Amino acid sequence: MGANYPMVAYTLRVNGKRHELDTDPAKPLIYVLRGELGLTGPKIGCALEQCAACAVLVDGEHTLSCNRAASEFEGAEITTIEGLAEDAIGARIQAAFMAENAAQCGYCTPGIIVAVASLLKSNAGPSDADISDALADHLCRCGSHNRVLRAVRGAISGGQADAA
Amino acid sequence: MPRNPSLQNAPNLDEWIVFEADGRLTVRSGKVDIGQHVSTAVATIAAEELDIDPARIDVPIAITGIAPNEGITSGSMSMETSGEAVRRAAATARRHLLGLAAEALEADAGALQVNDGLVRVADSNKTISYWELMEAKAFAIEVDEDIDLKSPDQFKYMGIKTVAREMRDIVTGGHMFVHDMVWPDMLHARLVRPPHYWAKLKSIDEGAGGRLRDQGLQLVVNGSFIAVAGPDEWAAVKAAERLAGEVRWNMGDGLKAADVFDSLLDNPRLSFPVVNGVPQEDDVPPLGNPPAGAALTLAAHYERPYTMHGAIAPSSAAAIFEAGKLTVWTHSQGIYLLRLSMADALGLEPADVTLHHALGSGCYGHNGADDVALDAALIAREIPGQHILVKWTRDDEHAWEPYSPAMAMRLRASIDDDGKIMDWSHESYSDTHVMRPRPGANRAGAARLLAMRMVENPLPAPVPEPAMGFHIGIHRNLDPLYDFPERRLVKNLVRELPLRTSAMRTLGAYANVFAIESFMDELAEAAGADPVAFRLDHLSDARGRDCLEAAAKALRGDATDPPEGRGWGFGFARYKNVQAYAAVGIELEVTDAADVKLHRAVIAADAGQVVDPDGLAAQMEGGLIQAASWALYEEVTYDQDGITSRDWDTYPIMRFDNIPDIEVILMQRPNAPFLGAGEASSGPAGAAIANAVYNAAGIRMRRLPLTPDAIRSAAMA
Repeated sequence: MGANYPMVAYTLRVNGKRHELDTDPAKPLIYVLRGELGLTGPKIGCALEQCAACAVLVDGEHTLSCNRAASEFEGAEITTIEGLAEDAIGARIQAAFMAENAAQCGYCTPGIIVAVASLLKSNAGPSDADISDALADHLCRCGSHNRVLRAVRGAISGGQADAA
Repeated sequence: MPRNPSLQNAPNLDEWIVFEADGRLTVRSGKVDIGQHVSTAVATIAAEELDIDPARIDVPIAITGIAPNEGITSGSMSMETSGEAVRRAAATARRHLLGLAAEALEADAGALQVNDGLVRVADSNKTISYWELMEAKAFAIEVDEDIDLKSPDQFKYMGIKTVAREMRDIVTGGHMFVHDMVWPDMLHARLVRPPHYWAKLKSIDEGAGGRLRDQGLQLVVNGSFIAVAGPDEWAAVKAAERLAGEVRWNMGDGLKAADVFDSLLDNPRLSFPVVNGVPQEDDVPPLGNPPAGAALTLAAHYERPYTMHGAIAPSSAAAIFEAGKLTVWTHSQGIYLLRLSMADALGLEPADVTLHHALGSGCYGHNGADDVALDAALIAREIPGQHILVKWTRDDEHAWEPYSPAMAMRLRASIDDDGKIMDWSHESYSDTHVMRPRPGANRAGAARLLAMRMVENPLPAPVPEPAMGFHIGIHRNLDPLYDFPERRLVKNLVRELPLRTSAMRTLGAYANVFAIESFMDELAEAAGADPVAFRLDHLSDARGRDCLEAAAKALRGDATDPPEGRGWGFGFARYKNVQAYAAVGIELEVTDAADVKLHRAVIAADAGQVVDPDGLAAQMEGGLIQAASWALYEEVTYDQDGITSRDWDTYPIMRFDNIPDIEVILMQRPNAPFLGAGEASSGPAGAAIANAVYNAAGIRMRRLPLTPDAIRSAAMA
């Protein structure tokens, strides 16, 4: 099958590990993460950059992975929801989401937690408006929004307590 | 014969509770997790009645032939049926085990205590565990439906906040959805759908099939059902996108593009009077003149457009067809009924079809879950011996899911000089809410699966028949809980409407309660009464009154008016008049740009004995937020050429920037029967928002959604 597509070789660093890849150069990052690398935490919700279920961190920045080619991300440090557990801020956010039962079905949750991690890495004390902005791209259909907001505030105060 | 339908289907204790050899307990439920965390509640109930740590309990995912057949996970019935059944099964198991323990320990059963499955004779060292007593054998007894249940003062788990079982996996990315499943031989499939319901395949470009084969992809064409499958997901996506441009369709007549609110009143229909929640095979009584002595009579007409479930994950299923047997992984809410329907569709014996429930994203009713399961099976039949994982695209989901039907509600009521309602008339007009695949006349189970309209020798689109049960479909919550001396309630099942429809969270209750509770506010104002006091004046149900009073107190406190620039609104209902009660209060503002900005929400609910208070609160909150989304933003749009709201830009939903602070008050009703709660807050929430918009801006909105354009138009009218 491979012979029928133009292929390109590149490397990706994901959750601290280096991966040698050889794919269709246009293959979006989400399909490489989920397919080649078996990281199924990031989700495909629309493949239109409209719902943000696919969000990952690229060098700490919140990035939608459903449309941009994986090969563009050579040299960057990519972190998925799976990698966040290894990170102090990520683990604190995950614990806060658990404490608040801040998910029903959980399909949108990985993307939302990634967005919160991106926010808290750059701003330890965000305002409610900052939080709302950070989550502006993210859709949730079960209606867990108020719990997510509570969990984010919990993660912020947990972080401030740790720092004190 | 047990009264509980779940125990009727599965009367034997061994069907519910299994003490495993490894010291764990398996509790089987035929209800499936669809984001409501029902398995957490089921485990909590079993833990409580048996005195076993919930962490020792597994609630496996349902598989046909293994899980008890509990029909469909719908209608807020899981706690009332499965929850009550598991509670009695666990209590029956405990009594049986204590009988065995009394013998084994040579003690009086009354002297036995249980701690995490270890039975001890009080004030002694004599112990034996449940697992030692069972010796991995079966109970071989029936569940005693009338068994004594634990008294609430001894509860260790029920009514106490817990973290839902799936939460760790959810927050770490390990929660496995059907979309995430992998088999070594698996092929990914994507569909090429027609432009709309009535288009038929004319031709596919010559060469497309050969090109796909050269690329290692397979083309499946069965009538107008077209799919592409291959080992690489992205290759399948791209191939389907390219193929879509190489397919030509006979368009037929297209969709009926007339204004649906005109069609609801003008099209052919079946009409039934509804008495005590049940449609009657009688003539509809005419709407007479207002009663003598009426101080005033109001009439109003409310409308709700087509809306969609809008699952965040497009529907998906996996299937493999081997040696004449089909195995499917599906996020359907009703795996036993879907098995029968798929067997009919595929010409297989039900015994040769096995369905595994697998996780999907929240579905909120009958979305594409069942349809995509047949899609997977149709592809698997053409490519036997390999697992096929098919995913709908966002476009497939938005354009092909069965929508919640548009509804029109016409109300009239008169009040007397004392401000009391004298008579009440409510007619609802709608397409069907009841189109889940289940066996019935004219091969209904198969015919209700989407692909059966597309395959060679298709089945015709099913014609809706009226649902005549208690509070189903169009007449769900048509009958208000209030004490009106006269009521005329009419269900109108309207035919020949443009879009495919079926069950979405609350079915007709959302639109009916929106109409009823908006009209109650209009009548209260006409009577010069406070809207809460006016409701209480017409409500003798004590539990309902408690909810309304609690919501009013929580929202208003001691104030008589909302803060400057804001409005208050209330809504109340008891779901199906027999399930959970919910009173909702909303505080909002209408901005200069006519945006509705939600500030505060209170929900006072009574769901009987509470099992999982945080899970129950989450259902109430989620129901409110989703209902607010329906009320403010949502409308399926279409024209003759097909659905035009095909993504999240053209079908916007609630976002994080308009989430109110939500307070949930749960009434404490120790050991009262569980009352289904998953849909209770939505109807009251929609009405409360419309009432608060009126209170804030003086604009009475009778058609949803309450968009800025709609509010500006209404303000100018």
